[in-house]
Amino acid sequence: MAWFDKLSRGLSNTRNSFTESMNVLFRRGPKLDENFYDDLEETLILGDMGFQAAEDIVASVRDTARRKALPDAQAVMDLLEDSIAQQFKQAERDPFTDLPSLVLFVGINGAGKTTTVGKLAKIAKDRGDAVLIGSADTFRAAAIEQLDIWGERAGVEIVKRERGADPASVCYDVIQRGEETGAQLILIDTSGRLHTSKDLMRELQKVVNVTRKRSGIPVSVVLVMDATTGQNGLQQAREFNKSLDLDGVIITKLDGTAKGGIAVAVSRELELPIYRIGVGESIDDLQAFDAHEFARALITG
Amino acid sequence: MFDNLSGRLQGIFSGLKSKGRLSEADIDAALREVRMALLEADVNYKVVKGFIANCRERCLEAKVMQSLNPSQNVIKVVLDELTALMGSTNTKLILSSRIPNVIMLVGLQGSGKTTAAAKLAYRLKRDGHSPLLVACDVYRPAAADQLQTLGDEIGVKVYRGDGKDPIAIAKTGVRFAIDNLRDVVIIDTAGRLHVDDEMMDEAARIKEATDPDYIFMVLDAMTGQDVVNVAQTFASKVDFDGVIMSKMDGDARGGGALSIRQITGKPIMFISAGEKPQDLEPFYPDRMAKRILGMGDVVGIIERAVEMADQEQAAQQAERMLKDEFTYVDFLDTLKQVKKMGGLSKLLKDLPGGDKALASGQVDEGELDRIEAIINSMTKQERMKPGLINGSRRERIAKGAGVEVYDVNQVIKRFNETRKMMKKMQGMVPQGKPGKGKKGKKGKGGNMRQMMGMMRSMGLDGMDLSKFR
Repeated sequence: MAWFDKLSRGLSNTRNSFTESMNVLFRRGPKLDENFYDDLEETLILGDMGFQAAEDIVASVRDTARRKALPDAQAVMDLLEDSIAQQFKQAERDPFTDLPSLVLFVGINGAGKTTTVGKLAKIAKDRGDAVLIGSADTFRAAAIEQLDIWGERAGVEIVKRERGADPASVCYDVIQRGEETGAQLILIDTSGRLHTSKDLMRELQKVVNVTRKRSGIPVSVVLVMDATTGQNGLQQAREFNKSLDLDGVIITKLDGTAKGGIAVAVSRELELPIYRIGVGESIDDLQAFDAHEFARALITG
Repeated sequence: MFDNLSGRLQGIFSGLKSKGRLSEADIDAALREVRMALLEADVNYKVVKGFIANCRERCLEAKVMQSLNPSQNVIKVVLDELTALMGSTNTKLILSSRIPNVIMLVGLQGSGKTTAAAKLAYRLKRDGHSPLLVACDVYRPAAADQLQTLGDEIGVKVYRGDGKDPIAIAKTGVRFAIDNLRDVVIIDTAGRLHVDDEMMDEAARIKEATDPDYIFMVLDAMTGQDVVNVAQTFASKVDFDGVIMSKMDGDARGGGALSIRQITGKPIMFISAGEKPQDLEPFYPDRMAKRILGMGDVVGIIERAVEMADQEQAAQQAERMLKDEFTYVDFLDTLKQVKKMGGLSKLLKDLPGGDKALASGQVDEGELDRIEAIINSMTKQERMKPGLINGSRRERIAKGAGVEVYDVNQVIKRFNETRKMMKKMQGMVPQGKPGKGKKGKKGKGGNMRQMMGMMRSMGLDGMDLSKFR
């Protein structure tokens, strides 16, 4: 419950007004009228779930509520929570604990890839796993230095090349080094890119292909996405998935007031599990994902 | 599932256009689509509500309903309201006489502050200022290194201070600027969450210590509904003066631009759209509104062309065109300019309907390179006298460029079409004698003609993109 509390605290700022109106509804008794459902839809839209998804979910909840003759608002809210939680695809395997494993981190600029790699490396290292990190972000200024500092903090070896080097060849080096040292968990950071940039997506495709081909251990490609992302997040995920055949998603920066509703659409449409969520700055704040708690945080204070 | 906003509204309005008169129900149907499109564009729910209500009221006015062409009027109402929402005129960055001017950047983590700081410095330097970048992000590992690297690339000095206390760095940074004759200081601060009171206080203290002339909030164009909470808090804690929208080169519609203006009243100052230092452009609300409505940002393209084009070269080319001596040399110059302006897709995106063409994958950037290679494989004489190119020469050119003869023929065909078009245009433009007296004025006109020719030669006339495949 620790992160749920944290998440709720962060989220409560914006949700206060909604919760108040919900409370009013509760006090008014089990009146499930037009306004009630409109409010639900509004909450979901304000949570970045998207107009279409919000409308669909509320319509189906409303339908079920009528059929089952649900007694009050609380029962409807529980149903809504279940419906949202069910949208998420379950992970079959956790690439950060089911070892050996190699994970490539991809995403748009500023999503939080480097920080996530750093935190995951530290967590695994502290657990006693043999970890290796690779810096295939050879484009952004000082990205290598940034990861370097994370490597130092975690006490984990980092494989890198000079800025401007071919990222695919860096991955090649990382895998080789991993084989030499017997690393169980290999984490590779890539440079952020917009999904609309054809050339950069092709470059990334090459990086992923080389890694998948060369690696002797299972490879996962994980999309890192900022929770504040709006509806464009789905387009982003679609494009990355189309080019790279993603395995899962990590949602970062859920400690603000953003609710990350876009994750619902991404997980549902692309059938991608959410591996982790970031709910704060510290290393412990990168947590396992629980669909029900996420759903609850999305709809209640 | 989600069409982009331009495509969506184009769809709605082409439906409206085919109808003569509109009923109240028609307007509601259209506005429902507008509402949905705006929500998908991440315009805040509450802002959308108000917007739609306003539009509806104005659409139902008698003069719209009873006018000869009500659908045109509906478009106009929506466009006007959109523009008004974003602030009617563009806000220019005007530096005061104070030396140095201080500009401070704030924003969430990963919004693009450091990149924006470098781009802003580049722009100011280009405009004749001598900026200083100050690295106040002491939290993110290697943030100062990043700014340093970017500063080195654009030739702007970066002040890093002791790398520990952001307030002290900011203060001594301003001092450093005075001692080193820098007239603008750009302070890059750490990314911070609006709910992190401690960090928000820090931002307020940096502000207090440096008394900035401008505080800009950097906002990711992809930000969703939460933009309202973020902007509101930043506005109340540090009272920023304007917004820089980042990552505008993606396909996010940037609905946040609408929301932020409405909620905080602060103008959008710049948009940042690309990986290069020069990819920072002023924000024009009217153009943005038009772009959202699928009317294209033609003015923006022409301005970009004027900015990029080598004036003298353009003047010469214009003169040559007027004398009907359009050669492969000119053709090549034109190609290079398209590339300079950010390539075909950037150009296209700003044109009406361009989004659609881009989305359907009809644009092949490699095509420009191929044409360039083909022209480069021609001899000097061939380039100046296109008539010389016969069958065997075509074969040789194809070999030199590593393409098929068919490709060479295509380029020749396109060149001839462009040439023909130039000739036609001569009849259209007033024939000023290409003399030497008023060169400045000539140059400008030349640019316009060149632009039109450029678009036509790229197959953009009438959006017939098939020519370009």
